[in-house]
Amino acid sequence: MKKNIPAFLLGLLLLGAWQCIAMGIGAAYILPSPLQILSKLWQLREILLFVHLPATMGVTFLGLLISVVLGLFLAVIMDISPKIENALYPFIVASQTIPTTAIAPLFVLWFGYSIWSKVLVTILITFFPIVITVYDGLKATKREMEELLMTYGATKKDIFIKLKLPTALPPFFSAIKMAIPLSIIGAAIAEWLGAQSGLGYFSKRMMTQLDGAGVFAPIVLLSMVAMISVAIVSMIEKKCITWRKEI
Amino acid sequence: MLEFQNVSFQYPQDSRPMMENLSFSVEDGAFISIIGASGCGKSTIFRLINGLEKPQKGAIFVNGRPIEQIKQYSAFMPQKDLLFPWRTIEKNICLPMELQNISKQEQKKRCQQVLEEVGLSAYAKKYPKDLSGGMKQRISFARTILAGAEMLLLDEPFSALDFLTRVDMQEWLLKQWEHFHKTILFITHDVEEAVFLSKSIFVIQQKPFCDMQSIQVPLAYPRKREDLKKKEIVDLKEQLIQKLRQQEAKAI
Ligand SMILES: Nc1ncnc2c1ncn2[C@@H]1O[C@H](COP(=O)(O)OP(=O)(O)O)[C@@H](O)[C@H]1O
Ligand SMILES: [Mg+2]
Repeated sequence: MKKNIPAFLLGLLLLGAWQCIAMGIGAAYILPSPLQILSKLWQLREILLFVHLPATMGVTFLGLLISVVLGLFLAVIMDISPKIENALYPFIVASQTIPTTAIAPLFVLWFGYSIWSKVLVTILITFFPIVITVYDGLKATKREMEELLMTYGATKKDIFIKLKLPTALPPFFSAIKMAIPLSIIGAAIAEWLGAQSGLGYFSKRMMTQLDGAGVFAPIVLLSMVAMISVAIVSMIEKKCITWRKEI
Repeated sequence: MLEFQNVSFQYPQDSRPMMENLSFSVEDGAFISIIGASGCGKSTIFRLINGLEKPQKGAIFVNGRPIEQIKQYSAFMPQKDLLFPWRTIEKNICLPMELQNISKQEQKKRCQQVLEEVGLSAYAKKYPKDLSGGMKQRISFARTILAGAEMLLLDEPFSALDFLTRVDMQEWLLKQWEHFHKTILFITHDVEEAVFLSKSIFVIQQKPFCDMQSIQVPLAYPRKREDLKKKEIVDLKEQLIQKLRQQEAKAI
């Protein structure tokens, strides 16, 4: 707890500075003050919490789920077969050079305003760090440990289950912690680009109305959700991984 | 009995063979040390016995049968303990038995027994990070024992330990050997360790090598530290050191 105090103080300081500058400018459509944002958040709480947040979370959750499944699958088959690795790896890296925000409108063309256009954007942004981190984790197993298992007569499957999976578990958690904020950002961007509900969509609508505090309020809400989710994952991680410090 | 018959081996990326037409044999129940300059191929002999490498020529037999046809004839203990940090001590020891699909009950029984043997019963539920270097090597040894093989291949198991711990572990290992009646092949670069522990010592003298000189240690078991002060033992140590230095000189 003690080590969090400096961060807490700095946060307060920054918020205070923001409040002063915003009050100095005195134009909420350019820079709303933190207090204005908070009061807006309170004012809009029902529609934000019960209409738009669930919409965004739906996209986030589906996108994250598919990214994790797809990411793990790709990482595992690349680890099993060097041929598949050679074939896939360049494409996976190349997928990151796609300017997602630029082609997202195309997805709207394909899938309309359905949830899938937004899920696709989320996946494109999220799955990459999962594949790469987990794949590196699987590759990071110590050669000596693998050979020791082989001297005990272990099969490929034994080695995968008893050695590779546990070694890849810490990187897997890191990947998830990275992927949560990314998937939320992905969902919000997708909604910003074309949607009929969701916090990203709401923020954009407030933009057109020059309601500065209204633009920020959904974003603050998203940040809070992201932080809480990462904190929960961290807690699960602490329960599962007791050995990390040692490696 | 372990037998090498005319074994030749070369790593693909090396320009010279490691060993050529190597033949030797080890009796059941023996304690053999292999010494030689570093890089001369000691660990490679173990990799061949383990089946991690295949000889290009010749064959290796255990009790008259080629090793390709048999299982669990040898158990390897590396220099680093290589305990899995995510497994408790107990689970680490059970690893080889898990791979052999031995029943949970039987695993537990043997694990408790061996933990008692090595004097670490209190640590069953702890993790490797809670143990000292010497304790970890004892656990690693326990795991090797429970791999269920009659022949143990120990590759410089104590070389990473500090001097006092190493001396303790040597005495401890002799006790374990007498208790478990296994055949032990022990790699070391420490001449004194080889002399103190083994019935006979194999010396690797050239590269590539085609035989190993076998030298008997004129001491009975059980042994004591003081035995190392006897004249013939001091001479033997001197003689071995000379051999190793000649080899180093040739290498340069
Ligand atoms: N796993 C391996 N793969 C390829 N080459 C190896 C391997 N292990 C050892 N070597 C080669 O063999 C040499 C050392 O052999 P090694 O049996 O480890 O010697 P020692 O145990 O006597 O120090 C190294 O110089 C290296 O060229
Ligand atoms: Mg070696």
